[in-house]
Amino acid sequence: MKEELFVSGRNIPNIDPFLNIWHWEIPVYLFLGGLSAGIMFFAGLFMVMGKEKEMATTVKWSMFLVPVALVLGLFALFLDLKHQLYFWRLYTTIRIESPMSWGAWTLMFITPLSFIWVATYMKEAIPGWNWKFKLIDDLEAIAVKYRVHMAWAMMGLAIVLGVYTGILLSAFNARPLWNTSILGPLFLVSGMSTGLAAIMWMSKSHEERTILSKIDIALIGIELFLIIHLFMGFLAASEVQIEAAQLFLGGEFTVTFWVFVVILGLIIPAFLETLELFGFRIPIWIPSLLILVGGLIFRFVMVEAGQITRFLY
Amino acid sequence: MRYAMAVDTKKCVGCGDCVVACQTENNVPIGYCRDWIVENVNGSYPNVEIELRSERCNHCDNSPCVRCCPTGASHIVEGGIVMVTHNECIGCGACIQSCPYDARYSHPEGYVDKCTFCNHRLEKGQSTACVEVCPTTCLYFGDLDDPNSDVSRALKNRSWKVLAPEAGTKPQLFFLT
Ligand code: SF4
Ligand code: SF4
Repeated sequence: MKEELFVSGRNIPNIDPFLNIWHWEIPVYLFLGGLSAGIMFFAGLFMVMGKEKEMATTVKWSMFLVPVALVLGLFALFLDLKHQLYFWRLYTTIRIESPMSWGAWTLMFITPLSFIWVATYMKEAIPGWNWKFKLIDDLEAIAVKYRVHMAWAMMGLAIVLGVYTGILLSAFNARPLWNTSILGPLFLVSGMSTGLAAIMWMSKSHEERTILSKIDIALIGIELFLIIHLFMGFLAASEVQIEAAQLFLGGEFTVTFWVFVVILGLIIPAFLETLELFGFRIPIWIPSLLILVGGLIFRFVMVEAGQITRFLY
Repeated sequence: MRYAMAVDTKKCVGCGDCVVACQTENNVPIGYCRDWIVENVNGSYPNVEIELRSERCNHCDNSPCVRCCPTGASHIVEGGIVMVTHNECIGCGACIQSCPYDARYSHPEGYVDKCTFCNHRLEKGQSTACVEVCPTTCLYFGDLDDPNSDVSRALKNRSWKVLAPEAGTKPQLFFLT
Protein backbone atom coordinates (compact mmCIF):
# COMPACT_ATOMS: atom_id res chain seq x y z
CA MET A 1 0.00 0.00 0.00
CA LYS A 2 1.21 3.45 -0.79
CA GLU A 3 -0.64 6.32 0.71
CA GLU A 4 -0.07 10.00 0.88
CA LEU A 5 -1.99 12.37 3.06
CA PHE A 6 -1.77 15.85 4.41
CA VAL A 7 -1.37 15.45 8.13
CA SER A 8 -1.49 19.19 8.61
CA GLY A 9 -5.04 19.15 7.22
CA ARG A 10 -4.41 21.12 4.07
CA ASN A 11 -7.58 21.71 2.11
CA ILE A 12 -7.16 24.86 0.05
CA PRO A 13 -10.15 25.88 -2.11
CA ASN A 14 -9.68 24.99 -5.81
CA ILE A 15 -6.30 23.37 -5.12
CA ASP A 16 -7.08 20.33 -2.96
CA PRO A 17 -7.78 17.50 -3.45
CA PHE A 18 -7.58 18.21 -7.18
CA LEU A 19 -6.45 21.34 -8.86
CA ASN A 20 -9.49 23.11 -10.28
CA ILE A 21 -8.46 26.71 -10.61
CA TRP A 22 -9.70 27.15 -14.17
CA HIS A 23 -13.43 26.74 -14.57
CA TRP A 24 -15.69 27.29 -17.57
CA GLU A 25 -14.13 30.61 -18.55
CA ILE A 26 -10.91 29.22 -20.00
CA PRO A 27 -12.48 26.54 -22.23
CA VAL A 28 -14.98 29.09 -23.52
CA TYR A 29 -12.15 31.53 -24.17
CA LEU A 30 -10.19 28.86 -26.02
CA PHE A 31 -13.25 27.86 -28.02
CA LEU A 32 -14.11 31.39 -29.11
CA GLY A 33 -10.47 32.07 -29.90
CA GLY A 34 -10.24 28.96 -32.07
CA LEU A 35 -13.54 29.72 -33.79
CA SER A 36 -12.45 33.26 -34.60
CA ALA A 37 -9.07 32.04 -35.82
CA GLY A 38 -10.83 29.58 -38.12
CA ILE A 39 -13.16 32.13 -39.66
CA MET A 40 -10.44 34.75 -40.04
CA PHE A 41 -8.05 32.33 -41.66
CA PHE A 42 -10.49 31.30 -44.36
CA ALA A 43 -11.80 34.82 -44.89
CA GLY A 44 -8.22 35.95 -45.42
CA LEU A 45 -7.38 32.95 -47.58
CA PHE A 46 -10.24 33.36 -50.03
CA MET A 47 -9.70 37.11 -50.17
CA VAL A 48 -6.06 36.60 -51.12
CA MET A 49 -7.14 34.04 -53.70
CA GLY A 50 -9.43 36.63 -55.21
CA LYS A 51 -12.62 34.69 -54.45
CA GLU A 52 -14.43 37.54 -52.70
CA LYS A 53 -17.48 37.16 -54.95
CA GLU A 54 -17.78 33.39 -55.08
CA MET A 55 -17.12 32.92 -51.38
CA ALA A 56 -19.05 35.92 -50.14
CA THR A 57 -20.18 34.38 -46.86
CA THR A 58 -16.67 33.28 -45.99
CA VAL A 59 -14.99 36.54 -46.85
CA LYS A 60 -17.66 39.01 -45.79
CA TRP A 61 -20.59 37.85 -43.74
CA SER A 62 -19.15 35.21 -41.44
CA MET A 63 -16.56 37.78 -40.39
CA PHE A 64 -19.31 39.67 -38.59
CA LEU A 65 -19.21 36.89 -35.99
CA VAL A 66 -15.54 37.40 -35.26
CA PRO A 67 -15.47 40.71 -33.39
CA VAL A 68 -18.37 39.50 -31.27
CA ALA A 69 -16.67 36.18 -30.53
CA LEU A 70 -13.35 37.84 -29.72
CA VAL A 71 -14.89 40.36 -27.39
CA LEU A 72 -16.89 37.64 -25.64
CA GLY A 73 -13.72 35.54 -25.45
CA LEU A 74 -11.76 38.37 -23.90
CA PHE A 75 -14.59 38.92 -21.49
CA ALA A 76 -14.48 35.24 -20.49
CA LEU A 77 -10.74 35.60 -19.90
CA PHE A 78 -11.41 38.66 -17.82
CA LEU A 79 -13.95 36.76 -15.73
CA ASP A 80 -11.34 34.10 -15.07
CA LEU A 81 -9.00 36.63 -13.49
CA LYS A 82 -9.19 36.72 -9.75
CA HIS A 83 -7.55 40.11 -9.38
CA GLN A 84 -9.52 41.91 -12.06
CA LEU A 85 -8.71 45.48 -11.07
CA TYR A 86 -5.18 44.83 -12.23
CA PHE A 87 -6.19 43.56 -15.66
CA TRP A 88 -4.26 46.35 -17.37
CA ARG A 89 -1.03 44.86 -16.06
CA LEU A 90 -1.24 42.43 -18.97
CA TYR A 91 -0.53 45.32 -21.27
CA THR A 92 2.27 47.07 -19.46
CA THR A 93 4.77 44.37 -20.35
CA ILE A 94 5.53 41.74 -22.95
CA ARG A 95 6.78 38.44 -21.58
CA ILE A 96 8.19 36.31 -24.36
CA GLU A 97 8.16 33.13 -22.29
CA SER A 98 4.57 33.44 -21.13
CA PRO A 99 1.84 32.07 -23.43
CA MET A 100 -0.74 34.12 -21.50
CA SER A 101 1.14 37.25 -22.47
CA TRP A 102 1.39 36.15 -26.09
CA GLY A 103 -2.33 35.53 -26.22
CA ALA A 104 -3.24 38.83 -24.66
CA TRP A 105 -1.07 40.70 -27.17
CA THR A 106 -2.24 38.67 -30.16
CA LEU A 107 -5.82 39.51 -29.26
CA MET A 108 -4.82 43.13 -28.88
CA PHE A 109 -3.89 43.17 -32.59
CA ILE A 110 -6.41 40.74 -34.00
CA THR A 111 -9.54 42.21 -32.41
CA PRO A 112 -9.19 45.72 -33.91
CA LEU A 113 -8.26 44.13 -37.23
CA SER A 114 -11.49 42.14 -37.26
CA PHE A 115 -13.45 45.27 -36.43
CA ILE A 116 -11.87 47.15 -39.32
CA TRP A 117 -12.51 44.28 -41.70
CA VAL A 118 -16.17 44.16 -40.76
CA ALA A 119 -16.47 47.95 -40.95
CA THR A 120 -15.38 47.91 -44.59
CA TYR A 121 -18.38 45.69 -45.39
CA MET A 122 -20.94 47.62 -43.37
CA LYS A 123 -22.28 49.51 -46.37
CA GLU A 124 -22.77 46.29 -48.27
CA ALA A 125 -24.41 44.56 -45.33
CA ILE A 126 -26.85 47.31 -44.47
CA PRO A 127 -27.96 49.29 -47.51
CA GLY A 128 -28.01 52.96 -46.73
CA TRP A 129 -25.49 52.63 -43.89
CA ASN A 130 -23.92 55.93 -43.09
CA TRP A 131 -20.87 56.51 -40.89
CA LYS A 132 -22.04 60.07 -40.12
CA PHE A 133 -18.47 61.37 -39.87
CA LYS A 134 -16.44 62.11 -42.92
CA LEU A 135 -13.26 61.04 -41.17
CA ILE A 136 -14.58 57.49 -40.77
CA ASP A 137 -15.60 57.46 -44.41
CA ASP A 138 -12.09 58.44 -45.42
CA LEU A 139 -10.55 55.83 -43.16
CA GLU A 140 -12.88 53.22 -44.58
CA ALA A 141 -11.82 54.09 -48.10
CA ILE A 142 -8.20 53.53 -47.10
CA ALA A 143 -9.01 50.22 -45.40
CA VAL A 144 -10.88 49.02 -48.49
CA LYS A 145 -7.79 49.71 -50.58
CA TYR A 146 -5.64 47.59 -48.30
CA ARG A 147 -8.01 44.66 -47.92
CA VAL A 148 -5.58 42.17 -49.43
CA HIS A 149 -2.83 43.28 -47.08
CA MET A 150 -5.21 42.95 -44.17
CA ALA A 151 -6.13 39.49 -45.41
CA TRP A 152 -2.50 38.39 -45.24
CA ALA A 153 -2.16 39.79 -41.73
CA MET A 154 -5.37 38.05 -40.72
CA MET A 155 -4.15 34.69 -41.97
CA GLY A 156 -0.88 35.02 -40.09
CA LEU A 157 -2.45 36.22 -36.88
CA ALA A 158 -5.19 33.59 -37.11
CA ILE A 159 -2.58 30.84 -37.14
CA VAL A 160 -0.81 32.39 -34.17
CA LEU A 161 -4.12 32.65 -32.32
CA GLY A 162 -5.19 29.11 -33.19
CA VAL A 163 -1.89 27.56 -32.16
CA TYR A 164 -1.80 29.71 -29.06
CA THR A 165 -5.07 28.24 -27.78
CA GLY A 166 -3.25 24.91 -27.61
CA ILE A 167 0.08 26.23 -26.42
CA LEU A 168 -1.57 28.00 -23.52
CA LEU A 169 -2.12 24.51 -22.13
CA SER A 170 0.82 22.61 -23.57
CA ALA A 171 3.36 25.00 -22.05
CA PHE A 172 2.54 23.66 -18.59
CA ASN A 173 5.05 20.97 -17.93
CA ALA A 174 3.46 20.35 -14.52
CA ARG A 175 0.24 18.98 -16.09
CA PRO A 176 1.21 15.81 -17.96
CA LEU A 177 -1.98 15.70 -20.06
CA TRP A 178 -1.25 19.11 -21.51
CA ASN A 179 2.46 18.81 -21.84
CA THR A 180 2.62 17.60 -25.42
CA SER A 181 3.51 19.62 -28.47
CA ILE A 182 0.65 18.02 -30.42
CA LEU A 183 -1.80 20.25 -28.57
CA GLY A 184 -0.81 23.35 -30.58
CA PRO A 185 -1.60 21.89 -34.04
CA LEU A 186 -4.55 19.94 -32.65
CA PHE A 187 -6.22 23.05 -31.26
CA LEU A 188 -5.42 24.97 -34.43
CA VAL A 189 -7.02 22.35 -36.68
CA SER A 190 -9.99 21.95 -34.37
CA GLY A 191 -10.46 25.74 -34.25
CA MET A 192 -10.36 25.93 -38.04
CA SER A 193 -12.92 23.18 -38.31
CA THR A 194 -15.30 24.97 -35.92
CA GLY A 195 -14.77 28.15 -37.93
CA LEU A 196 -15.71 26.34 -41.13
CA ALA A 197 -18.76 24.86 -39.45
CA ALA A 198 -19.97 28.33 -38.54
CA ILE A 199 -19.37 29.64 -42.08
CA MET A 200 -21.14 26.69 -43.70
CA TRP A 201 -24.10 27.17 -41.43
CA MET A 202 -24.38 30.78 -42.56
CA SER A 203 -23.74 30.19 -46.24
CA LYS A 204 -26.65 29.99 -48.66
CA SER A 205 -24.59 29.13 -51.71
CA HIS A 206 -24.32 25.47 -52.52
CA GLU A 207 -21.00 25.88 -54.37
CA GLU A 208 -19.44 27.71 -51.46
CA ARG A 209 -20.60 25.06 -49.01
CA THR A 210 -19.23 22.28 -51.19
CA ILE A 211 -15.77 23.83 -51.24
CA LEU A 212 -15.86 24.44 -47.50
CA SER A 213 -17.08 21.01 -46.59
CA LYS A 214 -14.32 19.41 -48.66
CA ILE A 215 -11.78 21.38 -46.66
CA ASP A 216 -13.58 20.52 -43.45
CA ILE A 217 -13.53 16.80 -44.13
CA ALA A 218 -9.78 17.00 -44.67
CA LEU A 219 -9.35 18.97 -41.43
CA ILE A 220 -11.39 16.44 -39.47
CA GLY A 221 -9.20 13.71 -40.91
CA ILE A 222 -6.11 15.53 -39.70
CA GLU A 223 -7.71 16.05 -36.32
CA LEU A 224 -8.45 12.35 -35.89
CA PHE A 225 -4.91 11.56 -36.93
CA LEU A 226 -3.54 14.03 -34.35
CA ILE A 227 -5.76 12.58 -31.61
CA ILE A 228 -4.46 9.08 -32.32
CA HIS A 229 -0.93 10.44 -32.20
CA LEU A 230 -1.66 12.19 -28.95
CA PHE A 231 -2.59 8.94 -27.26
CA MET A 232 0.20 6.95 -28.89
CA GLY A 233 2.60 9.54 -27.55
CA PHE A 234 1.16 9.36 -24.04
CA LEU A 235 1.17 5.59 -23.89
CA ALA A 236 4.81 5.51 -24.94
CA ALA A 237 5.83 8.16 -22.42
CA SER A 238 6.49 8.24 -18.69
CA GLU A 239 4.19 7.03 -15.95
CA VAL A 240 2.50 10.36 -15.37
CA GLN A 241 1.51 10.63 -19.02
CA ILE A 242 0.30 7.04 -19.15
CA GLU A 243 -1.90 7.89 -16.18
CA ALA A 244 -3.12 10.99 -17.98
CA ALA A 245 -4.09 8.90 -21.00
CA GLN A 246 -5.91 6.45 -18.72
CA LEU A 247 -8.40 9.19 -17.87
CA PHE A 248 -9.57 8.81 -21.47
CA LEU A 249 -9.04 5.09 -21.85
CA GLY A 250 -11.35 3.73 -19.20
CA GLY A 251 -11.17 6.64 -16.77
CA GLU A 252 -13.77 9.24 -15.98
CA PHE A 253 -13.52 11.16 -19.26
CA THR A 254 -13.78 8.14 -21.56
CA VAL A 255 -17.42 8.51 -22.55
CA THR A 256 -17.42 12.29 -22.80
CA PHE A 257 -14.36 12.28 -24.97
CA TRP A 258 -14.91 9.35 -27.31
CA VAL A 259 -18.68 9.65 -27.67
CA PHE A 260 -19.25 13.39 -27.62
CA VAL A 261 -16.00 14.71 -29.02
CA VAL A 262 -14.73 12.02 -31.36
CA ILE A 263 -17.87 10.25 -32.58
CA LEU A 264 -20.53 12.95 -32.41
CA GLY A 265 -18.20 15.90 -32.89
CA LEU A 266 -15.90 14.57 -35.62
CA ILE A 267 -16.78 11.25 -37.22
CA ILE A 268 -20.52 11.73 -37.70
CA PRO A 269 -20.32 15.28 -39.08
CA ALA A 270 -17.54 14.21 -41.45
CA PHE A 271 -19.73 11.32 -42.56
CA LEU A 272 -22.75 13.59 -43.08
CA GLU A 273 -20.65 16.05 -45.04
CA THR A 274 -19.41 13.25 -47.25
CA LEU A 275 -22.96 12.04 -47.87
CA GLU A 276 -23.92 15.57 -48.81
CA LEU A 277 -21.09 15.68 -51.35
CA PHE A 278 -22.49 12.54 -52.91
CA GLY A 279 -25.82 14.22 -53.41
CA PHE A 280 -27.79 13.28 -50.32
CA ARG A 281 -29.73 16.16 -48.88
CA ILE A 282 -28.57 16.83 -45.35
CA PRO A 283 -29.58 20.03 -43.56
CA ILE A 284 -26.24 21.79 -43.08
CA TRP A 285 -27.01 22.87 -39.55
CA ILE A 286 -26.76 19.29 -38.31
CA PRO A 287 -23.07 18.67 -39.03
CA SER A 288 -22.27 22.30 -38.20
CA LEU A 289 -23.90 22.15 -34.82
CA LEU A 290 -22.26 18.80 -34.04
CA ILE A 291 -18.82 20.19 -34.89
CA LEU A 292 -19.32 23.33 -32.83
CA VAL A 293 -20.64 21.51 -29.78
CA GLY A 294 -17.94 18.85 -30.12
CA GLY A 295 -15.27 21.53 -30.26
CA LEU A 296 -16.61 23.19 -27.15
CA ILE A 297 -16.81 19.93 -25.21
CA PHE A 298 -13.31 19.04 -26.36
CA ARG A 299 -11.94 22.17 -24.73
CA PHE A 300 -13.90 21.63 -21.54
CA VAL A 301 -12.63 18.07 -21.27
CA MET A 302 -9.02 19.01 -21.93
CA VAL A 303 -8.99 21.86 -19.43
CA GLU A 304 -10.71 19.90 -16.70
CA ALA A 305 -8.86 16.61 -17.16
CA GLY A 306 -5.50 18.33 -17.50
CA GLN A 307 -5.79 19.94 -14.11
CA ILE A 308 -6.29 16.56 -12.47
CA THR A 309 -3.07 15.14 -13.88
CA ARG A 310 0.13 15.84 -12.00
CA PHE A 311 3.57 14.61 -11.12
CA LEU A 312 3.85 11.80 -8.62
CA TYR A 313 6.33 11.94 -5.79
CA MET B 1 23.94 33.71 -2.74
CA ARG B 2 21.42 30.89 -3.09
CA TYR B 3 18.94 30.33 -0.32
CA ALA B 4 17.72 26.79 0.20
CA MET B 5 16.15 24.61 2.82
CA ALA B 6 16.68 21.05 3.93
CA VAL B 7 14.05 19.00 5.76
CA ASP B 8 15.08 16.06 7.85
CA THR B 9 12.42 13.45 7.16
CA LYS B 10 13.86 11.24 9.91
CA LYS B 11 13.51 13.89 12.59
CA CYS B 12 10.17 15.43 11.59
CA VAL B 13 7.31 14.23 13.79
CA GLY B 14 4.56 15.93 11.81
CA CYS B 15 3.48 18.22 14.64
CA GLY B 16 2.56 21.00 12.19
CA ASP B 17 4.15 23.79 14.23
CA CYS B 18 5.85 25.10 11.11
CA VAL B 19 2.46 25.40 9.43
CA VAL B 20 0.96 27.39 12.27
CA ALA B 21 4.06 29.55 12.64
CA CYS B 22 3.91 30.45 8.97
CA GLN B 23 0.19 31.19 9.05
CA THR B 24 0.71 33.52 12.00
CA GLU B 25 3.85 35.19 10.71
CA ASN B 26 2.50 35.81 7.25
CA ASN B 27 -1.17 36.48 8.00
CA VAL B 28 -2.23 33.55 5.88
CA PRO B 29 -6.05 33.56 5.67
CA ILE B 30 -7.90 30.84 7.54
CA GLY B 31 -8.25 27.68 5.51
CA TYR B 32 -5.08 28.35 3.52
CA CYS B 33 -1.43 27.55 4.08
CA ARG B 34 1.94 28.21 2.56
CA ASP B 35 3.55 25.11 4.03
CA TRP B 36 2.05 21.76 4.88
CA ILE B 37 2.98 18.29 6.06
CA VAL B 38 2.73 15.20 3.95
CA GLU B 39 2.74 11.74 5.40
CA ASN B 40 3.85 9.11 2.98
CA VAL B 41 2.96 5.59 4.03
CA ASN B 42 4.57 2.74 2.21
CA GLY B 43 3.57 -0.87 2.85
CA SER B 44 1.37 -2.17 5.64
CA TYR B 45 1.94 -3.24 9.23
CA PRO B 46 4.35 -4.65 10.30
CA ASN B 47 6.41 -3.85 7.23
CA VAL B 48 5.56 -0.22 7.01
CA GLU B 49 7.62 2.82 6.27
CA ILE B 50 6.48 6.31 6.99
CA GLU B 51 8.04 9.45 5.68
CA LEU B 52 7.04 12.84 7.00
CA ARG B 53 7.78 15.87 4.94
CA SER B 54 7.27 19.52 5.67
CA GLU B 55 6.68 20.92 2.18
CA ARG B 56 6.48 24.42 0.74
CA CYS B 57 7.47 26.26 -2.42
CA ASN B 58 10.76 24.86 -3.67
CA HIS B 59 12.02 28.21 -4.91
CA CYS B 60 13.03 26.40 -8.04
CA ASP B 61 16.13 27.41 -9.95
CA ASN B 62 14.30 26.83 -13.21
CA SER B 63 10.93 28.11 -12.10
CA PRO B 64 8.05 27.58 -14.55
CA CYS B 65 5.84 29.86 -12.46
CA VAL B 66 8.06 32.83 -13.17
CA ARG B 67 8.35 32.01 -16.84
CA CYS B 68 4.63 31.69 -17.48
CA CYS B 69 3.57 34.80 -15.60
CA PRO B 70 2.20 37.31 -18.15
CA THR B 71 2.74 40.38 -16.01
CA GLY B 72 6.04 39.74 -14.30
CA ALA B 73 4.31 39.64 -10.90
CA SER B 74 6.09 36.35 -10.22
CA HIS B 75 9.77 37.13 -10.14
CA ILE B 76 13.04 36.10 -8.57
CA VAL B 77 14.81 38.23 -6.02
CA GLU B 78 18.28 38.11 -4.53
CA GLY B 79 19.18 34.69 -3.23
CA GLY B 80 16.97 32.90 -5.75
CA ILE B 81 13.76 33.48 -3.80
CA VAL B 82 10.63 33.35 -5.97
CA MET B 83 8.25 36.15 -5.01
CA VAL B 84 4.85 37.44 -6.15
CA THR B 85 4.17 41.17 -6.24
CA HIS B 86 0.55 41.35 -5.18
CA ASN B 87 -0.45 44.48 -7.00
CA GLU B 88 1.04 43.29 -10.27
CA CYS B 89 -0.71 39.93 -10.17
CA ILE B 90 -3.93 39.70 -12.19
CA GLY B 91 -4.89 36.32 -10.75
CA CYS B 92 -4.89 34.52 -14.08
CA GLY B 93 -3.86 31.28 -12.39
CA ALA B 94 -1.19 30.37 -14.96
CA CYS B 95 1.48 30.04 -12.30
CA ILE B 96 -0.76 27.79 -10.20
CA GLN B 97 -1.12 25.48 -13.20
CA SER B 98 2.61 25.55 -13.83
CA CYS B 99 3.78 24.47 -10.39
CA PRO B 100 4.35 20.70 -10.16
CA TYR B 101 4.16 20.93 -6.35
CA ASP B 102 0.88 22.83 -6.00
CA ALA B 103 2.73 25.29 -3.82
CA ARG B 104 0.67 28.31 -4.83
CA TYR B 105 -2.86 29.28 -4.00
CA SER B 106 -5.27 31.98 -4.95
CA HIS B 107 -5.61 34.37 -2.01
CA PRO B 108 -9.22 35.35 -1.23
CA GLU B 109 -8.25 38.91 -2.13
CA GLY B 110 -7.52 37.78 -5.69
CA TYR B 111 -3.77 37.66 -6.05
CA VAL B 112 -1.64 34.56 -5.89
CA ASP B 113 0.29 33.85 -2.76
CA LYS B 114 2.88 31.37 -1.57
CA CYS B 115 5.94 30.81 0.61
CA THR B 116 8.45 33.69 0.48
CA PHE B 117 11.16 32.00 2.55
CA CYS B 118 10.16 34.77 4.97
CA ASN B 119 12.07 37.26 2.88
CA HIS B 120 11.00 40.07 5.18
CA ARG B 121 12.67 38.31 8.09
CA LEU B 122 15.81 37.44 6.15
CA GLU B 123 16.25 41.13 5.40
CA LYS B 124 16.38 41.73 9.13
CA GLY B 125 18.94 38.97 9.59
CA GLN B 126 16.46 36.52 11.08
CA SER B 127 15.70 33.01 9.85
CA THR B 128 12.33 31.84 8.57
CA ALA B 129 9.41 31.45 10.96
CA CYS B 130 9.10 27.71 10.34
CA VAL B 131 12.78 27.07 11.04
CA GLU B 132 12.71 29.09 14.25
CA VAL B 133 9.73 27.25 15.66
CA CYS B 134 10.44 23.64 14.74
CA PRO B 135 10.67 21.72 18.04
CA THR B 136 12.79 18.92 16.61
CA THR B 137 15.04 21.32 14.66
CA CYS B 138 14.53 19.24 11.56
CA LEU B 139 14.51 22.26 9.20
CA TYR B 140 17.81 23.71 8.00
CA PHE B 141 17.96 26.97 6.16
CA GLY B 142 20.72 29.06 4.68
CA ASP B 143 22.93 29.96 1.76
CA LEU B 144 24.08 27.07 -0.41
CA ASP B 145 27.07 29.09 -1.57
CA ASP B 146 28.33 29.29 1.99
CA PRO B 147 29.82 25.90 2.93
CA ASN B 148 29.31 26.64 6.62
CA SER B 149 25.62 27.44 6.47
CA ASP B 150 23.20 25.07 8.21
CA VAL B 151 21.77 23.84 4.96
CA SER B 152 25.14 23.21 3.30
CA ARG B 153 26.36 21.22 6.27
CA ALA B 154 23.16 19.20 6.47
CA LEU B 155 23.41 18.28 2.80
CA LYS B 156 27.10 17.40 3.10
CA ASN B 157 26.63 14.84 5.83
CA ARG B 158 23.45 13.12 4.76
CA SER B 159 21.84 11.53 1.75
CA TRP B 160 19.01 13.56 0.34
CA LYS B 161 16.48 13.82 -2.46
CA VAL B 162 14.33 16.46 -4.11
CA LEU B 163 10.72 15.98 -5.17
CA ALA B 164 9.86 15.24 -8.80
CA PRO B 165 13.29 16.10 -10.23
CA GLU B 166 11.97 14.85 -13.57
CA ALA B 167 9.77 17.95 -13.72
CA GLY B 168 12.98 19.79 -14.49
CA THR B 169 12.35 22.70 -12.16
CA LYS B 170 15.58 22.28 -10.15
CA PRO B 171 13.90 22.53 -6.76
CA GLN B 172 15.84 24.00 -3.84
CA LEU B 173 13.99 22.22 -1.06
CA PHE B 174 15.96 19.15 -0.06
CA PHE B 175 14.71 16.19 1.91
CA LEU B 176 17.26 14.36 4.07
CA THR B 177 16.56 10.66 3.95
S1 SF4 C 1 7.75 25.16 -6.13
FE1 SF4 C 1 6.22 25.86 -7.57
S2 SF4 C 1 5.79 27.97 -6.97
FE2 SF4 C 1 7.71 27.39 -6.02
S3 SF4 C 1 9.30 28.09 -7.47
FE3 SF4 C 1 8.88 25.93 -7.90
S4 SF4 C 1 7.33 26.00 -9.50
FE4 SF4 C 1 7.37 28.03 -8.58
S1 SF4 D 1 -1.75 34.56 -11.23
FE1 SF4 D 1 -0.50 36.41 -10.90
S2 SF4 D 1 1.56 35.70 -10.39
FE2 SF4 D 1 0.41 33.99 -11.29
S3 SF4 D 1 0.92 34.01 -13.46
FE3 SF4 D 1 -0.99 35.18 -13.25
S4 SF4 D 1 -0.31 37.29 -12.95
FE4 SF4 D 1 1.51 36.02 -12.61
